[in-house]
Amino acid sequence: MTEISRRLLLAGAAAAPFAGWVRIADAAAPKDTAVFAKQIDDIITLDPGECYELSGIEMCTNIYDRLLRYEAEDLNKLVGGVAESWTVSPDGKTFTFKIRPNLKFQSGAPVTAEDVEFSLQRVVLMDKTSAFLLTQLGWSKTTVKDLVKGSGDTLTLKITADFAPSLVLNLMTSIVASVVEKKVALANETNGDLGNGWLKTHSASSGAFKLLAWKANESVSLEAYPGFRLGAPPLKRVVVRHVPEPASQRLLLEKADADYARDLTPDQIKPLASNPDIKVESFKAANTFYMGLNLGYEPLANPKVRQAMKMLVDYDGMVKSFLAGRFFVQQSFLPLGFFGAIEYVPFKLDVAKAKALLAEAGYKDGFAVKMAAPNVSPWTEISQSVQQTMGQAGIKVSIEPMELKAVISQYRGRGHQIAMLSWGPDYFDPHTNADSFVHNDDNSDTPKTKPIAWRNKWFIPDITKEMLAAAKELDAKKRAEQYAALQKKVTDEGPYIFMFQNNNQIARRTTATGFNPGITEDLNFYRTIRKS
Amino acid sequence: MANRAARSLLSVALTFLGLTCVTFFIGRVIPIDPVLAIVGDKASAETYARVRAEIGLDLPLPVQYWRYLTKVLHGDFGNSVITSRPVLHDLLQVFPATLELALLALLIGVVAGVPMGVIAATHRGRWQDQVIRFLSLLGYSMPVFWLGLIGLLLFYAKLGWVEGPGRLDVAFDDIVGPVTGMVTIDSLLAGEYEVFWNAFWHLLLPASILGYLSLAYVARMTRSFMLAQLRQEYVLATLAKGLSPWRVVWVHALGNVWVQLVTVIALTFGSLLEGAVLTETVFAWPGLGLYMKNSLFNADLNAVLGATVLVGVVYIGLNMISDLIYPLVDPRARDQ
Repeated sequence: MTEISRRLLLAGAAAAPFAGWVRIADAAAPKDTAVFAKQIDDIITLDPGECYELSGIEMCTNIYDRLLRYEAEDLNKLVGGVAESWTVSPDGKTFTFKIRPNLKFQSGAPVTAEDVEFSLQRVVLMDKTSAFLLTQLGWSKTTVKDLVKGSGDTLTLKITADFAPSLVLNLMTSIVASVVEKKVALANETNGDLGNGWLKTHSASSGAFKLLAWKANESVSLEAYPGFRLGAPPLKRVVVRHVPEPASQRLLLEKADADYARDLTPDQIKPLASNPDIKVESFKAANTFYMGLNLGYEPLANPKVRQAMKMLVDYDGMVKSFLAGRFFVQQSFLPLGFFGAIEYVPFKLDVAKAKALLAEAGYKDGFAVKMAAPNVSPWTEISQSVQQTMGQAGIKVSIEPMELKAVISQYRGRGHQIAMLSWGPDYFDPHTNADSFVHNDDNSDTPKTKPIAWRNKWFIPDITKEMLAAAKELDAKKRAEQYAALQKKVTDEGPYIFMFQNNNQIARRTTATGFNPGITEDLNFYRTIRKS
Repeated sequence: MANRAARSLLSVALTFLGLTCVTFFIGRVIPIDPVLAIVGDKASAETYARVRAEIGLDLPLPVQYWRYLTKVLHGDFGNSVITSRPVLHDLLQVFPATLELALLALLIGVVAGVPMGVIAATHRGRWQDQVIRFLSLLGYSMPVFWLGLIGLLLFYAKLGWVEGPGRLDVAFDDIVGPVTGMVTIDSLLAGEYEVFWNAFWHLLLPASILGYLSLAYVARMTRSFMLAQLRQEYVLATLAKGLSPWRVVWVHALGNVWVQLVTVIALTFGSLLEGAVLTETVFAWPGLGLYMKNSLFNADLNAVLGATVLVGVVYIGLNMISDLIYPLVDPRARDQ
């Protein structure tokens, strides 16, 4: 073999993998299409009667219209969705809705009260995860057909539970009040599933967008519905691409292959600040980041120990350093932005005071405790900070990092000592969080539900009564006062160390405007997006 | 012959049984509650209990396993929690994406790796050998995740030579219906050449990254096999008889290492087909690796089991194919 041929061969072999890279890529997101880069692998169904995952709720928000809504134009004002108007009986038990005339489903069929009746009934009849939102009104598989009735343009709802009308109306803005076209759902029914199997991947709706395709772990494609109640969305299509890696999301955004990147980490966001084509915006979100203290573990059952532990977290230090921009301190079970939420921050890092409290409680030298925390950022950083500050008072925190679902599994089984987690509201009413953090009148091992108070063995029949009274208070001002008092009590005495509320940080191309997510996924509207 | 076939079948059956058994029981002892994956954290006790019974988790483990095995033998892997579809349907959708990636990666790995291994062996200790060994070592030791991100940054973001994450640009989505599930092939079959090129430029970078990793392994192994061959006396004899060094190396010596190389290539292909989780994550490639990762993190047991069985079947299949190829590359195996 000659030297030249050897060299040629060597060069050829080395170049082979790169031989095809001689072309300039030129594609960008089309002008009439908004492209999101987002992690959407949590979607398991797009049937609004079943869907209860965050990304799924966001999709259904845009695909389905609901009985009532908080619209993009004013996220704080309750307005009619398919309902034009409504009245509440003096006893607060009967709700009558007038359905808007001339509303049409994407199929062209009119939206009727019967469709709404069917949609609400099927949630209860199918009894999927989200059914509890409606069954708490006193509706059951056997009674729902008598209590939810639609005829012509009138829908009548009767509730048997004691709830404030505002709570019931707020429930009618949640995903379970999405309106499904009865005829289409039933035409695709299999084995009496009320169309559930078909609606997981198809839509029968009157919302701003039609579901074109959902490819699990790949993308969701939506097409604008020109006949939407509030007018045709400006863009023809919205594509949400599943991009699991934040760094890849950033590259797609920078190359204009995506208009929005939704899951960027702080180290991805920082360099984008200098890019004139990209804007980073923060929107308040409603997740409460907290630690649950299991009172079944002896030291944690002592109120003074809990007080001390609440003073052993460097709240400000964290939000000013590694959590900057993404979180702010909020030490209450209600996120700011919710009716009744108060800005309540009674605790800050105070090691000396905490040590004194521990000594009073008989734990002068501290104690050892295990803390389960999800094994991803920012949980890892938060748990390390907590471990360090608690250690200053002798509390030896042993962190048990694990998969999020493993933490929840342990938490639901009351197998934790400390669990570090977050909690998101189910609907836009304070009762949703109150019913979780402040409800435990059955501390047995087999309760009907397993609210957070139960999981931490905080047996509070009296406070539960106060919470339930707030849920049915008709006077809004009094109701807000009741929740304020509850928040203070739970923060001060409860087995929770409330730490933060989060912000949604979204990076977008400056050519795309109009996506201003609300505090929950029920308020993330695509129909307002425009591209220049 | 009949005995050999029977032994092979028995071995396959036992492997399959062992595979399902181990995977099944590991799936049942992981500290994630699979019911939670279905009903969510906020479900009532009744809903939780109903779903638990529906998926048979209230039954004793051996009964659960027997039920599962019976269903699998009838081709029913159950439904995935994540996608709500039959696992088999999902696997048929995600596997072609991985196959497409793995085929190109293997092609790159073999076409470049084998000659590099031969050159390294024939130039042992010289700069060519050092360069190739360095490149192989680099391929071995560099984290694929990092390599993928750097590749994207350089060739996609900076130079614009290739397309970014995903299988197609949004503008080309849903133009070509699935036939084989491999977008490049399907677009060619449909005569949609624009879609083909878009898919190709999306495929090239992840395939090259994986191809580089395969290349590192194939080149190293080829070098090692070739060094052993070049020490044989027949090499000296053929050179002494006047055969050109090129022919001695590339025909005779390389010809004798093909049996070992077939095994190496089959194993490389197998590992590529398992799904490259990290590469698929960086490149948002909806293949088997990403599917398995998501299934594991969501305790989607049916999906995990189905995917594991598929990987097992792939390995069994590749072993059988290797057995078939041996006689083609080695006359001694033909005689046996």
